[in-house]
Amino acid sequence: MAATPLLELRGIDKSFGPVQVLHDVGLSVYPGEVTALVGDNGAGKSTLVKCISGIYTIDAGTVTFDGKQVAIHSPRDASELGIEVVYQDLALCDNLDIVQNMFLGREKKSGIVLDEPTMEQMAGETLASLSVRTVKSLRQLVASLSGGQRQTVAIAKAVLWNSRVVVLDEPTAALGVAQTAQVLELVRRLADNGLGVVLISHNMNDVFAVSDRIAALYLGRMAAQVKASDVTHAQVVELITGGRSGNLGLPPEKPTDFVDITPGVQK
Amino acid sequence: MSTTTLETAGGVKVVKPTVASHIRDYIGRIRGGDLGALPAVLGLVILVLIFGSARSDTFFSAGNFANLFNQAAGVTMIAMGLIFVLLLGEIDLSAGFAAGVCGAVMAILLTEKGYSEPVALAAALGSGVVIGLLLGFLVSKVGIPSFVVTLAAFLAFQGVLLNILGEGKNISIPDGFIKSLNKDSLSVTWSWVLAIAAVVIFALVQFMRYRGRAKRNLVNEPIGIILLRVGGLAALILISTAILTQERAINPVIASLKGVPIAAPVIGGFLVLWTFVLSRTSYGRHVYAVGGNAEASRRAGIPVDRIRISVFVIGSFMAAVGGVMLVSRAGSVDPNTGGSSTLLYAVGAAVIGGTSLFGGKGKIIHAVIGGAVIAVIDNGMFLMDFSSGTRYMFTGVILLIAAGVDALARRRAAATGNR
Repeated sequence: MAATPLLELRGIDKSFGPVQVLHDVGLSVYPGEVTALVGDNGAGKSTLVKCISGIYTIDAGTVTFDGKQVAIHSPRDASELGIEVVYQDLALCDNLDIVQNMFLGREKKSGIVLDEPTMEQMAGETLASLSVRTVKSLRQLVASLSGGQRQTVAIAKAVLWNSRVVVLDEPTAALGVAQTAQVLELVRRLADNGLGVVLISHNMNDVFAVSDRIAALYLGRMAAQVKASDVTHAQVVELITGGRSGNLGLPPEKPTDFVDITPGVQK
Repeated sequence: MSTTTLETAGGVKVVKPTVASHIRDYIGRIRGGDLGALPAVLGLVILVLIFGSARSDTFFSAGNFANLFNQAAGVTMIAMGLIFVLLLGEIDLSAGFAAGVCGAVMAILLTEKGYSEPVALAAALGSGVVIGLLLGFLVSKVGIPSFVVTLAAFLAFQGVLLNILGEGKNISIPDGFIKSLNKDSLSVTWSWVLAIAAVVIFALVQFMRYRGRAKRNLVNEPIGIILLRVGGLAALILISTAILTQERAINPVIASLKGVPIAAPVIGGFLVLWTFVLSRTSYGRHVYAVGGNAEASRRAGIPVDRIRISVFVIGSFMAAVGGVMLVSRAGSVDPNTGGSSTLLYAVGAAVIGGTSLFGGKGKIIHAVIGGAVIAVIDNGMFLMDFSSGTRYMFTGVILLIAAGVDALARRRAAATGNR
């Protein structure tokens, strides 16, 4: 596996008004690997993803992409670098077909006319490269697809653009057993194709099934980023719920970190 | 089921389409709640048969057939614009009086101000664009629901129309190009030239697309379906032209009257233009996308606000075109031009044709088919000597049926997971 990360975040801070959501967060994404981003509700996973994808701008810290320091100010910046995010609620249009959805907002044109044959060809090739070989037609409406197929289209849409880092936000949350397996297989294949994959998930089975590395967020801090093979299921759960597990994770809170708010006591 | 598969682009296996599988797919889509224009086409055929058998001498005359185009033109134009608005799940209640205001602007410039026809026409269409920009801005940027914005505009434009016409004057427009638009017919030669050109161009476009896809080894429609489509359109256009080029004057010695009404190519031209825009340009794709899922469109980088404004601009522009057609047909403009049932007929035409009121689903052809249904009802019931009260009631029932079909189809579609 490559030794240098494709995408590296260091010291990321993000506040919304008086509330600091991310404290000094670091994250490394390696090409050809699946990095699972785990954490409890409110740990800051979604915020971190939105910082990566350019929806939020970071307050402090550095983002290094492919060895160069970059600034991501908008979703467009992110997609120009090759960072694509597949959101939890899919972001597909039910009334459009597979090809139309995959090229939404970035249609190929010849002159002012849409170049449907080229788009259909590229969509077909992308689906084939992900070993998706079972759709009735590329011109099928997305509304008629199963949950797993929809997720597949959403992922294929993200890799269509020669993207290098794909962030998947809970791709299996709404899926059944068979479809979950299908999507996880696809996630693995993305990494095997050399992409850096960030998988956000609540499901420990999914995380251990496909990921190479696990990054655990705890209350806006990065508790630990470890190799999946080095930790157990229980340790990851401890990292998520308590921020540390044995010698892994955040240092234990020291009494000096707390402010005495007993009435009448001045610090 | 004995379906053969074939590999398309990149090696994805898909079902190989045949004429039979195409028909099976179509039936499947209909059973799944994707009805499109089918109910409207069936309804149109049934209505024509009913009125035809009741008043075969008058309803089936060439003169009445030509008359239907002129009757439908105004409402159909307004309905075409409304389809853009409806595709986003919005509504434009002011389109009728916007048509009236634009028509009045044109009539006043032509008569009282003495401008030439092109200037007056441009001013009318320009007024439509300005109205659309205003409505779109209020809906999209200020965030007032389109129902309220356009309801307010409906009242206000009614007032504007009264005021610019000087409290209820009736202004007649002079003879000329504008008046002939929705009154006169093309010469017999030009009728045939246009009809044949339309068929040939349609056939060429269809076969070029077929060849282009075949060359890239993409899944193609079976050639039988394409031949059927081209043949069907050719039959429709050529038979219509043959009927319309018959003599239909009561006394041909005084003044001969034959040829396709100018309104027909005007309707056809806008049909082709907007169908092209909706199905072949990225703008049209984005209109459908925003209507289907605005949040997904925003994330895909589509300027949702600008799309929303633009559909109101197209809507009001087409209302202005409709206004020109209405004024041309009446030969004059009065405070009720575009009023009374015009707007509801236009919304009705779009919905009867198969455009959904819930956004994301609709085609421009729906305006033409729905407009034809409305015109046939109005025309046929008039010939059968029903009172206008009965006609309104009947049209209301038809609209209700169409909206009911849409709602039931959606429920059916939701049940089969095929929205």
